[in-house]
Amino acid sequence: MLDLDVAQLSRLQFGLTALYHFLFVPLTIGLALLLAIMESVYVMTNREIWRQMTKFWGLLFGINFAMGVATGITMEFQFGTNWAYYSHYVGDIFGAPLAIEGLMAFFLEATFVGLFFFGWDRLSKRAHLCVTWLVAIGSNLSAFWILVANAWMQNPVGSQFNYQTMRMEMTSFYDVIFNPVAQSKFVHTVSACYVTGAVFVMAISAYYLLRGRYSDLAKRSITVAASFGLASALSVVVLGDESGYTTSQNQKMKLAAIEAMWETEPAPAGFTIFGIPNLETHENTYEVKVPWALGLLATRTLDTPLPGIKDLVIQAQTRIKNGMVAYEALYKLRQSNGEPDPQTMALFNQYQGDLGYGLLLKRYTPTVTNATEEQIIKAAWDTVPNITPLFWSFRLMVGIGFTLIVLFATAFYLSTKRRIEQSRWFLKLAFLSLPLPWIAAELGWIVAEHGRQPWAIEGILPTDLGVSSVSSGQVWFSLIGFVVFYTLLAVIDVFLMVKYIKLGPTEEAV
Amino acid sequence: MIHQLLDYETLRIIWWGLLGTLLIGFAIMDGFDMGVAILLPFTTRNDSERRVAINCIAPVWEGNQVWFILGGGAIFAAWPLVYAAAFSGFYGAMFLVLVAMILRPVGMKFRSKMPNPLWRSFWDWALFLGGFVPSLVFGIAFGNIIQGVPFHFDESLRSFYTGSFFGLFTPFSLICGLLSTCLFTMHGATYLTLKTIGPIASRAKMAGVRAALLAMIFFTAGWLWLKSGWVPGYRILELSEMGNSSNPLSKSVTQEAGAWFNNYTTYPWMWFAPILGYSGASLTAIFLLKRCPGKAFITSAFAQFGVISTAGLSLFPFILPSSTHPNSSLTVWDASSSHMTLFLMLVSVIIFLPLILIYTSWVFRVMRGKVTENDIRSNTQMY
Repeated sequence: MLDLDVAQLSRLQFGLTALYHFLFVPLTIGLALLLAIMESVYVMTNREIWRQMTKFWGLLFGINFAMGVATGITMEFQFGTNWAYYSHYVGDIFGAPLAIEGLMAFFLEATFVGLFFFGWDRLSKRAHLCVTWLVAIGSNLSAFWILVANAWMQNPVGSQFNYQTMRMEMTSFYDVIFNPVAQSKFVHTVSACYVTGAVFVMAISAYYLLRGRYSDLAKRSITVAASFGLASALSVVVLGDESGYTTSQNQKMKLAAIEAMWETEPAPAGFTIFGIPNLETHENTYEVKVPWALGLLATRTLDTPLPGIKDLVIQAQTRIKNGMVAYEALYKLRQSNGEPDPQTMALFNQYQGDLGYGLLLKRYTPTVTNATEEQIIKAAWDTVPNITPLFWSFRLMVGIGFTLIVLFATAFYLSTKRRIEQSRWFLKLAFLSLPLPWIAAELGWIVAEHGRQPWAIEGILPTDLGVSSVSSGQVWFSLIGFVVFYTLLAVIDVFLMVKYIKLGPTEEAV
Repeated sequence: MIHQLLDYETLRIIWWGLLGTLLIGFAIMDGFDMGVAILLPFTTRNDSERRVAINCIAPVWEGNQVWFILGGGAIFAAWPLVYAAAFSGFYGAMFLVLVAMILRPVGMKFRSKMPNPLWRSFWDWALFLGGFVPSLVFGIAFGNIIQGVPFHFDESLRSFYTGSFFGLFTPFSLICGLLSTCLFTMHGATYLTLKTIGPIASRAKMAGVRAALLAMIFFTAGWLWLKSGWVPGYRILELSEMGNSSNPLSKSVTQEAGAWFNNYTTYPWMWFAPILGYSGASLTAIFLLKRCPGKAFITSAFAQFGVISTAGLSLFPFILPSSTHPNSSLTVWDASSSHMTLFLMLVSVIIFLPLILIYTSWVFRVMRGKVTENDIRSNTQMY
């Protein structure tokens, strides 16, 4: 019934455009707040250099902001173009935070960003500072609502299936907003954005100091970036742990896959620092483990066991069988004209929580209810995400997180001791660390979203059912179009960034 | 529960109105940005003139564009079936619009960053396409909706589009596309006349007058085309309840020549919309010629309001009629989100829309006044 190729192509397109969009978003959010901080210092101290700093970093912010806005448009419309069934199935819940993001956050950010650039001579100092803060607040609120939507994909609370409309419908908006996953994701993600902004400012300032240029501006910028960055990097790690904890509550399979934890371990489970997951034998080779660490981090207790992949697959088999019952009841309900049969209704209500698991069988048998035991086992193993990339992405991300803490701590120490200009080794290191936050952010996205597979909505809707009924030719066309177009834009963007960074905060630029 | 304060049927009508409001907001606010971009090659003769034109919209276009993004978000949240069926059906056209909408932000930002004339000319054309393509596709999409779109749902409410990309271009839909392009061009021309002096203003003025006249011609042509019955309308034959769960498969619909005029017979007050369209466009031409660009901008905004309302009111209660399976058509009564979602989205609109209007007006007030070639020479912040 479904052309799998369309699903794979659509996933590829969504993944590539999302990763691309996310190259610009963290810097926008991080720099916006840094700009607001710098301009606040200007308004408080009245020293011209701080205004110059705000304008210079603002210039680079502007180039980046344009790319973020441009690539964000694709994200919103792609749900409709490529994930039409997803949009129908969950639009009732998922669409709301996206629309509120537009109303509450993006309007604010986009309306005032023009004044940030063009209002310097038209506004009083304080009014302009307010504008800058509103841009920063807008971009943070934007992140909040997008993550509320994303968190619902990870942990679909506050909703229920309606057999008459064949979709999920909202039952509690409060639950959707105050989804614990949304809270932990938001703080973790925006902290990572602040880190990105701080590394960007620090690395480029280090470049100026190495060249002996604009040292007044660069030294001050490093001081701001180091203190702001240190606080943010610490919170990324602490709040990332919170994110891990919420994952252990509702996405046990994702956690087990990240850890390549095949068997349920006696509490408290150990954390595998290194190992090669073997997907054939379901074991890891060359394992190096820290005892207790995972159990403590993920459950915050010493006696709660963490289920392993094999046990979770067995649980999935049961849920798939329940899902088959729910699916059958659903179709009886759909066919009944007038009042539904109370018995079928009761049966559906009892098992509707597992309906999504039943839908996992669609790729093996479109009728679902006639699945064989073998197909059920296959579908149950489909609930295991792609372990190897998750295992490594997660470890690399965490490694970068800790590296950046050390980097910022060193920068902070050196700048309070006023030795930053002389420490050329550190300046080189700081400059070379420029790509790190982007790598970590992209890896984080992979852990969260690739780790959610095979689900578009965890436990509710398998990803390959969410696609539009379009042809693979159409998706090939748009996919290649996006790759070519985005590559050109990336080349131009980097070219301009480098040009203006080399030019520095000259009269022409600011 | 609190959302029961308003019944489902009323909420659906309100959200139909809000959908219209957002589209009209988009046409009025982003319309003039796109119009200025379309006029860029025709009203400016050299780089410094082009910079003047670009800087007229530079401080405000980003906020204006959110009307487009919010329009998409609101359709997703309030009319998910419409969002799913229309956007996946118009796949190729949506891709073109996306590329064009991406060219705009980068074009605005990147153009001024290099003095090389080739570079600037490249981005001038990118900006032109960024204005022209969405303007044209916006009308073509409306044209297709009025004709009916070849799509249907299966039992699980998965939508299937059975038309082709080139099938979107029919004589009627091209009339609609040219109409929307002329309307946005007219709107952009009034703004450009308002914000500039000298030769740019006088060229923009004449372009605006021509666009207004052409818009009236295309509006009339579209009306005649429908009146002739070459493009049929749709009518609901049987519908159980207006406040039921959204299931588009539980009604019956028929295709009928002239059905798009039925509403004007039942509710004569609806004539206000086409009348507003005509009078708005003709007054715009008159005010432009009389050198009152401020008034022309306002009447041009009313013209956008009138023409889009005409389309919406003619279609009511249809939002997306299906030409191949009329019973699959999406209407106000069976394509919306749930009662609760519509209610809480309404609450957020009531809270935030007035705030948006207030701070947007403030930004326009701060940025008021003409943009001249002197300004762009003396102010390094300008693009």
